[in-house]
Amino acid sequence: MAVEFDLRQKSTRELNAALHRLNGSGDTGTWRIRNPHGLHTLAVGVDAPLTIDIEGHVGYYCAGMNKYARITIHGNAGPGVAENMMSGVVRVTGSASQYAGATAHGGLLVIEGDASSRCGISMKGVDIVVQGVVGHMSAFMAQSGRLVVCGNAGDALGDSLYEARVYVRGTVASLGADCVEKPMKDKHKQELEGLMNEAGITGADAAEFRRFGSARTLYNFNVDNADAY
Amino acid sequence: MPTDRKRRKSDRQNVAELRTRLRESASFPRQVIAEIQRAARTGIYDIRGFGAKRRIPTFDDLLFLGASMSRYPLEGYREKCATNVTLGTRYANNPIELKIPVTVAGMSFGALSAPAKEALGRGATIAGTSTTTGDGGMTPEEREHSKILVYQLLPSRYGMNPDDLRRADAIEVVVGQGAKPGGGGMLLGQKISARVAKMRDLPAGIDQRSACRHPDWTGPDDLKIKIQELREITEWEKPIYVKIGAARTYYDTALAVKAGADVVVLDGMQGGTAATQDVFIEHVGIPTMPALRQAVEALQELDMHRKVQLIVSGGIRTGADVAKALAMGADAVSIGVAALIALGDNAPELEDDYNEIGSSAGYYDDWHEGRDPTGISTQDDALAARFDPVLGGRRLANYLRVLTLETQTLARANGKSHVHSLEPEDLVALTIEAAAMAKVPLAGTDWIPGHAKF
Repeated sequence: MAVEFDLRQKSTRELNAALHRLNGSGDTGTWRIRNPHGLHTLAVGVDAPLTIDIEGHVGYYCAGMNKYARITIHGNAGPGVAENMMSGVVRVTGSASQYAGATAHGGLLVIEGDASSRCGISMKGVDIVVQGVVGHMSAFMAQSGRLVVCGNAGDALGDSLYEARVYVRGTVASLGADCVEKPMKDKHKQELEGLMNEAGITGADAAEFRRFGSARTLYNFNVDNADAY
Repeated sequence: MPTDRKRRKSDRQNVAELRTRLRESASFPRQVIAEIQRAARTGIYDIRGFGAKRRIPTFDDLLFLGASMSRYPLEGYREKCATNVTLGTRYANNPIELKIPVTVAGMSFGALSAPAKEALGRGATIAGTSTTTGDGGMTPEEREHSKILVYQLLPSRYGMNPDDLRRADAIEVVVGQGAKPGGGGMLLGQKISARVAKMRDLPAGIDQRSACRHPDWTGPDDLKIKIQELREITEWEKPIYVKIGAARTYYDTALAVKAGADVVVLDGMQGGTAATQDVFIEHVGIPTMPALRQAVEALQELDMHRKVQLIVSGGIRTGADVAKALAMGADAVSIGVAALIALGDNAPELEDDYNEIGSSAGYYDDWHEGRDPTGISTQDDALAARFDPVLGGRRLANYLRVLTLETQTLARANGKSHVHSLEPEDLVALTIEAAAMAKVPLAGTDWIPGHAKF
């Protein structure tokens, strides 16, 4: 039996407090949250392997800093969905605004629609799979983890990125500083297939993707790179 | 034939004459010439630690009036002068209670060694005040040894996680710092050890340049929601500070209040840094004294003075600095460079070691190089092992107590039974610049430049 929570009757604070009471408990229950109506900071700081279904659009920072929970947003997500996620799975059935998965350290973020600019900015180990397109400056300063884009990528993809790996099936408007295309080896195809399986994305063949990563030329100060600074 | 003695005498005369005829350029003094030569040799800007070294108007340009016929002083040892501070009374369910009006500013593990961070926690805890993490996450050492620990949320989000958020006593959203308003963090490869790299999720040995803007909010409207998220994650328990570098301070303070800050932390241009371009340190931002006045004016205009608390930092060295900052309207001050000096930085006993790395006690500012002979600003295990965190903590506690005693001395002299009762009317300025910046009258006059009388 799912726990029903109606945000027309109770507040964001009451929702988060109720979820946090289960933090560290290992509870695997199911929660159905109705009428989110674009509210901000829903289901943030959850630390239990709950299954949470949010039935509608959400505002800023939904599922922020998530640990263990499987959170599905049945709608669109505002800025910073799953920001700084540590683990678990966050799925957006619609599209996501800016900075989706920003600085996230782990877990899996799936966006079934499109993601706006700065998707995966400063990502630190999270895996992000976007079925549609991503906007400009995606994977900016991305440190580690994988970003998979089934559609096209906007300008300055992977600017100043570190060790994150970026896979794009469509076109790339432009690459950011120090981001270069790298060969797709078998191990990368396997990694990509694994990620798409995990994300439940079908209809995209790993062979159609290109791989991008850091040229590592900006890792240490070098006068000869002054034009890139 | 001149004798040897005569020749030596005439050489000395020539040298002496030459010296008096040598004229150093005001525009191109030796330090400027040396910097041009260094730039031409290396092709890269100068990076260093410490804070601004140029001469600027400071709290030294202000004086307390004291008490006499028109005001009563308090007895030095018999009448109590309280120093406690409460931070976070606006929204936080668990405000911070400090025994003294001096806190320890954010300095990262990475910039500092683990035992140095531990010492900061030990010293602050003995003295009854808080210490702060930095751009690199929270170490178990500093959490264990800090009774009150402020956890910084920085643009890089290195090491940021919800467990440490919950473990923190307060959260500080860092928008900027006084040494470099508008600049991000910097940690050069020499200090990216395996442990630092792991905490920050970076490859070891790279020159880390942190982002200067937050990744998931832009502007005060977004920040308001970001702060709401932090409060939701931590059950509205913890005070949320917003730290700004002194720039357009009046507006920045007002916007921090609008964004929902419990506490505004204002860092003036003298504020320290572990590693920043010298040109940034010396040429961006405004001094602590005028910035403080602007921040207090913004709070007063919003009727938020003493409701949103104000912590000011940047060049605080003595109890006189503390008392003057409080008199101008701050609720507390914060120390960074002075705390490191209390731990042992720039110790004259280590002159030979400083000479070996091309510096000298009293001048050492190459904190970014990680070769600190005191073991404070390094990630070299052998150097760090030289530093005794227990002794360092004791020295910091001593220094914090001296600052507090000096502050009380000045407060009593002005007839105040709480350091927060100090007020701008207790101050005068020694220079026209300081009078204009602090908006207190030039000593012996009722003149505040730029202030028309009604």
